[in-house]
Amino acid sequence: MATRHIISIGDFDRKEIDRLLDHAAQIESKNYDENALHGRILAVLFFEPSTRTRMSFESAMARLGGTSLSVGSVEACSMAKGETLADTIRVVSGYADAIVIRHPKEGAARLAAEFATVPVINAGDGAGQHPSQTLLDLYTIRQSMPIDGIDIALVGDLRYGRTAHSLASALSLYNARLHTISPRGLELPAAMAAGLAEKGMEIIEHDDIRDVIDSVDVLYVTRIQRERFPDSASYFNVASSYRITPELLAGAKKHLIVLHPLPRVDEIDPRVDASPHARYFEQSKNGVPVRMAMLMQVLQ
Amino acid sequence: MTTESAENEGLLVRRIKNGTVIDHIAGGEALNVVKILGITGTTQEALSIATNVPSRNMGRKDIVKLTNRELSKEEVDRIALISPRATINIIRNFKVCEKKGVEIPTLIEGLVRCPNPGCISNTNEPIRSRFRVQPKGLHCCYCDWVITSDITGHII
Repeated sequence: MATRHIISIGDFDRKEIDRLLDHAAQIESKNYDENALHGRILAVLFFEPSTRTRMSFESAMARLGGTSLSVGSVEACSMAKGETLADTIRVVSGYADAIVIRHPKEGAARLAAEFATVPVINAGDGAGQHPSQTLLDLYTIRQSMPIDGIDIALVGDLRYGRTAHSLASALSLYNARLHTISPRGLELPAAMAAGLAEKGMEIIEHDDIRDVIDSVDVLYVTRIQRERFPDSASYFNVASSYRITPELLAGAKKHLIVLHPLPRVDEIDPRVDASPHARYFEQSKNGVPVRMAMLMQVLQ
Repeated sequence: MTTESAENEGLLVRRIKNGTVIDHIAGGEALNVVKILGITGTTQEALSIATNVPSRNMGRKDIVKLTNRELSKEEVDRIALISPRATINIIRNFKVCEKKGVEIPTLIEGLVRCPNPGCISNTNEPIRSRFRVQPKGLHCCYCDWVITSDITGHII
């Protein structure tokens, strides 16, 4: 049987996504074998900083009875000596039963899958794909409402934000309506918007969150990176107009949920944390059962 | 010899004894065809190029003649990306032994550079660029970038 990799959410069809989310729900209700991956080893190759993704993969592996190996920092591994990723992957394939990789270059996980002799899971490649984040985003939405036909607003950096791209792509399988709100220059790439429209997705651009706050079911907020702006003043100017506050949410639907892939900086007022709309910490926690389901899929 | 006298004598490019003649190349694309075929100034074979030759069907066309080399199907199909009407004639002892059209390949490797500077295929990894040929353009198999125009501008 061919090695099963998880590289892009685009490689999944709707049925496969639903099956994986069902499995994650079963795991969350403690209905799973705690030794399912006993004796199996996961190599955690992170060439970029990460807290949540990395720790939740390690936690997922531990909860299934398996162990994780990691190289520590990039400076401490052979890549710093000029080794190619292809060679690193070939070597690590001999040490572990699966590899989870984060890399700054787009397409790195696909390259890794070509050279690996064990399954590869993409944990983010540059501005490219981040399928495990998308799956846990979908899982979190599904906890509150059926995904079919939702109105979702994507807010923030939609140009470079890989989580927003992957999520939008997956939601095209669920007849969702997409509302986009982003600063000038950080809009959803035209090619991506055209691709989604081709799949039948309705995309509506807005200038202000207040225009949609009373009509959307999900508010998906992403971080606007300071380095995208020429100076701090222009960053703060833009960032303040994309900030989610309790006052803004006062006009929202009762069942609206606010999601954020985290880390957040200034995008969501900490006062929102106590609101029933806030689901971002729940979302982060959902990374464990979803990644457990992913590990079981590639390792069993 | 002036162009006019060459036309009068009907001898723009001399016949070749053995090799490949690529005819019906879209006008002005001959140099790109040569580039796609990887033929450089250091090639040993005699190479003749005629551009903007009047053509009844095409208005104007280019022709490339390459002596002592028979191009493979994989090589010539790459030409289809920029000139889908091109025809390939394999010449042996001054006679056309094979005549075929070009087919647009479904996958092209090592021919085009991905314009995305963040793509892994633009690093020192031991891989060749790889694009899937789709109706909307060339789709990078690594980073999903799509080249929709100026394919020749991205040829390696």
